[in-house]
Amino acid sequence: MHADLIIIGAGPAGLAAAAEAHRHGIRDILVLERDNEPGGILNQCIHNGFGLHIYKEELTGPEYAARAFDELRDTSVVVKQDTMVLSVSPDRVLSAINPADGYFEVSAGAIILAMGCRERTRGAIAIPGDRPSGILTAGAAQRYVNIEGCMVGKRVVLLGSGDIGLIMARRMTLEGAEVLACVELMPFSGGLTRNIVQCLQDYNIPLMLSHTITDIRGKNRLQSVTVSKVDDDLRPIPGTETEMECDTLLLSVGLIPENELSKTAGVELDPRTGGPRVTDDTRTTVPGIFACGNVLHVHDLVDNVTLEARKAGRAAARFLREEKSDNAGPARLPNGHGRTHPAPSLTIQTDHNVIYTVPQSFRLPLPDKTADIYFRVRSILRECEIVLTDAAGRIVRRVPKDYMTPGEMEKITLSADALNELGTQTLTLSVVEQEARDD
Amino acid sequence: MIYDVAIIGAGIIGASVAYSLSRYDLSVVLLEKECDVALGTTRANSGIVHAGYDPPVGSLMAALNVEGNALMPDLCRDLDVLFEPCGSLVVAHNADEDKVVRELFARGLQNGVPDMEIIGRERILSMEPNLNAAVTTALWAPTAGIVNPWDLCIAMCEVFVRLGGRILLNSEVLATGRDDGHWCLTIPSGTIRAQRVINTAGLYSDEVHAQVSPPDFTILPARGQYYLLDKSQGNQVRSVIFSCPAKDTKGVVVTRTVHGNLMIGPTKEYIHDKDDTATTADGLREIRKKALKMVGSINFRENIANFSGIRANPDKDDFLIRKVSDVDHYYEAAGIKSPGLASAPAIGRYVVDLLREDGVPLPEKQRVLDDPLTMTRRIVRFNRMRPDEREALVKKDARYGRIVCRCETVTEGEVLDAIHSPLPAQTIDAVKRRTAAGLGRCQGGFCGPRIAALLAEELHLRPTEIIKDRTGSYLFTGPTGAEHSGKEPRDAR
Repeated sequence: MHADLIIIGAGPAGLAAAAEAHRHGIRDILVLERDNEPGGILNQCIHNGFGLHIYKEELTGPEYAARAFDELRDTSVVVKQDTMVLSVSPDRVLSAINPADGYFEVSAGAIILAMGCRERTRGAIAIPGDRPSGILTAGAAQRYVNIEGCMVGKRVVLLGSGDIGLIMARRMTLEGAEVLACVELMPFSGGLTRNIVQCLQDYNIPLMLSHTITDIRGKNRLQSVTVSKVDDDLRPIPGTETEMECDTLLLSVGLIPENELSKTAGVELDPRTGGPRVTDDTRTTVPGIFACGNVLHVHDLVDNVTLEARKAGRAAARFLREEKSDNAGPARLPNGHGRTHPAPSLTIQTDHNVIYTVPQSFRLPLPDKTADIYFRVRSILRECEIVLTDAAGRIVRRVPKDYMTPGEMEKITLSADALNELGTQTLTLSVVEQEARDD
Repeated sequence: MIYDVAIIGAGIIGASVAYSLSRYDLSVVLLEKECDVALGTTRANSGIVHAGYDPPVGSLMAALNVEGNALMPDLCRDLDVLFEPCGSLVVAHNADEDKVVRELFARGLQNGVPDMEIIGRERILSMEPNLNAAVTTALWAPTAGIVNPWDLCIAMCEVFVRLGGRILLNSEVLATGRDDGHWCLTIPSGTIRAQRVINTAGLYSDEVHAQVSPPDFTILPARGQYYLLDKSQGNQVRSVIFSCPAKDTKGVVVTRTVHGNLMIGPTKEYIHDKDDTATTADGLREIRKKALKMVGSINFRENIANFSGIRANPDKDDFLIRKVSDVDHYYEAAGIKSPGLASAPAIGRYVVDLLREDGVPLPEKQRVLDDPLTMTRRIVRFNRMRPDEREALVKKDARYGRIVCRCETVTEGEVLDAIHSPLPAQTIDAVKRRTAAGLGRCQGGFCGPRIAALLAEELHLRPTEIIKDRTGSYLFTGPTGAEHSGKEPRDAR
């Protein structure tokens, strides 16, 4: 079995990548989805607020997923549901399984990784205490409440202020539960400002910044959690403990790109993003394998996932065309996108205020007129400036900002011509505070 | 009816006794106070099949450890239980510890442990490149291994049931009396009558013993806390690594699990509550510190779960496996501390010998004589199959083609097998213990809803009746939409 392009995952990333690759002339496209319907996590996100950038209207998650799926209508893209990919080899052979086809292997001209991410669990943050029922990730709770129609509890504490957690605080409240508090370790929330306002403040749910949960009680069902204040080094301060009686603890303590398959393919990961290292056209370190969406880095807006996935779709289409012309005859493309010679590249390093960038490097010459750098800052910054400098310390780009928060992804757009002119070298992305403030 | 034998407690010891008795033509009932087997000490321990150099020379522990270790590979093969003969290293870092290593070696020789060696730094580091380079010597015991303790317990119970044994769950023995020449065990649902009773009640074996005579021992519950790390850390070590036991400090174990994770622990804290399986910030910190001293490259950010187990340590220096002296037809296998898991296969046989010596007739079952395979078990483990086996399996039954647990690659077919096994899984964690679904890095975040749905469908349960683990550990408080809050946003826009 063979397909020109195989996309792993039919969430917003996989669907958009498939549609875009098809628009760019690829016909033999296979999308493999482990769930029994396309749409990924959007299916359980029944709140609205999706699609303002891409579709210019406010959609719910399932509506957004339906739009993305509709783009495949009347195309030759095949979506196989209920299909679990078990492995991907570096030479692009996949093994997968589903009830209808059984176990099968399929080779691909190109692969787009679009597996999304998973939630960090209690274990990831090693909260001590008992192990009763009633402790679950916000996303699992969302699935139970919104899809299975089961209420997961009545008195709820939320640990972490990621977006899914904030959305679930509101959801649980509307379903009649009492949400006692949102407890956040950091001195700022990791969620979108609009979610802090619309999900916590509007329902009088206190946001306890610089607090964490230090004990869990309950032999069978959760009975209480202990909340403690933390110091500047994030260590619990003895004597600040408060016990909160509750039957449910929802965890919204971070998302991890799901790269187990990427590892089987030998794709190099960036420990800062948890996703593959990519160039501006979403190429991973393994030829013919691309990555987009939350498997690459965790996004806060699905619109950005769609944009990134379209880029991956275009890049995979371009790769397949080049492969074909490579194989057809001597006419090697002069632009360096072939396999044998590594293209010249610009790499990006960061200063201490920036956690990561995607892409980590640019392949030159750039295929489009502009190129974007997405990144996140490490802490809340005010009255600051994004500064991109070249190896000689010359400023390539400077963008003033009033306010930056780790909860919201930042982007700067650069002209391709300017980058092409710089040639192979290392750029540094910094965020400089113009004036330090104490609050 | 009056059973020939009643066994109290379905942990690894009760299961081993029940399994050993399955061979004989007896009516046997196994009573368990929890809603599944393997829920006491068996559920949470290091999972190590010790080689046998630890127990004092001449002790019952020493004999049963070495015998149990020798029986384990074949038993696990027969029962399709995950077992790996990976060997163990006790690692020394200075001259004092070198001395301990030599003592353990000498003791091992006297206990009859085969193939041990004392090895030097170079060889240690070639075997275990991630160990702290300051190692000096180590005791290498190739016969040590790792096993999944619940899997072994469940497998033995399943064979026991298939061969006619009866397991009663939720059946705590509240009182024990005599009536008309047999024992009467009061359980919540009534009275169980039996000619003979075997007390394998683990943590509660002293209390169960006290129902028939004043016990000459006390169980001192000793809690051990653990870290379970992602498979990404599973290759940090190849064999079981023990730090050198020292007088004042308890050592720590760094080991792979049979599922490929890395497990580190335990602490040792004497506690009052036999049921207090909480972890503590101090305990976890202690483990991290000690483990990093041995293997500096462990990445604790890859942690997926912490848990505690309670060891059933007696206030005596040896296992207490015996006929209870002042009453008739009452036996016990109590005080089974470490190396209880490694000894378990031998303890089952030892108890059968006790019965035989006491004049209990033990005719072999015709079924077992006719077909020795009746004492074995096979289950589907999709994630360990070759591609061609997978292909054939899904062709035969499409339910093995639907992956329910992504992290451990467990299929719907395997979950259904567990729910309809001789010892049916009736809770989320019971499915986990039988199939490994939910054991992995997402800790059931993805498969939980699917397993809950399968349990509800197959066992005709309402969602509110589904429990995670023990009675009372409900998952849902009711359907959504039942209780509208009437709450509006503060600033109704």
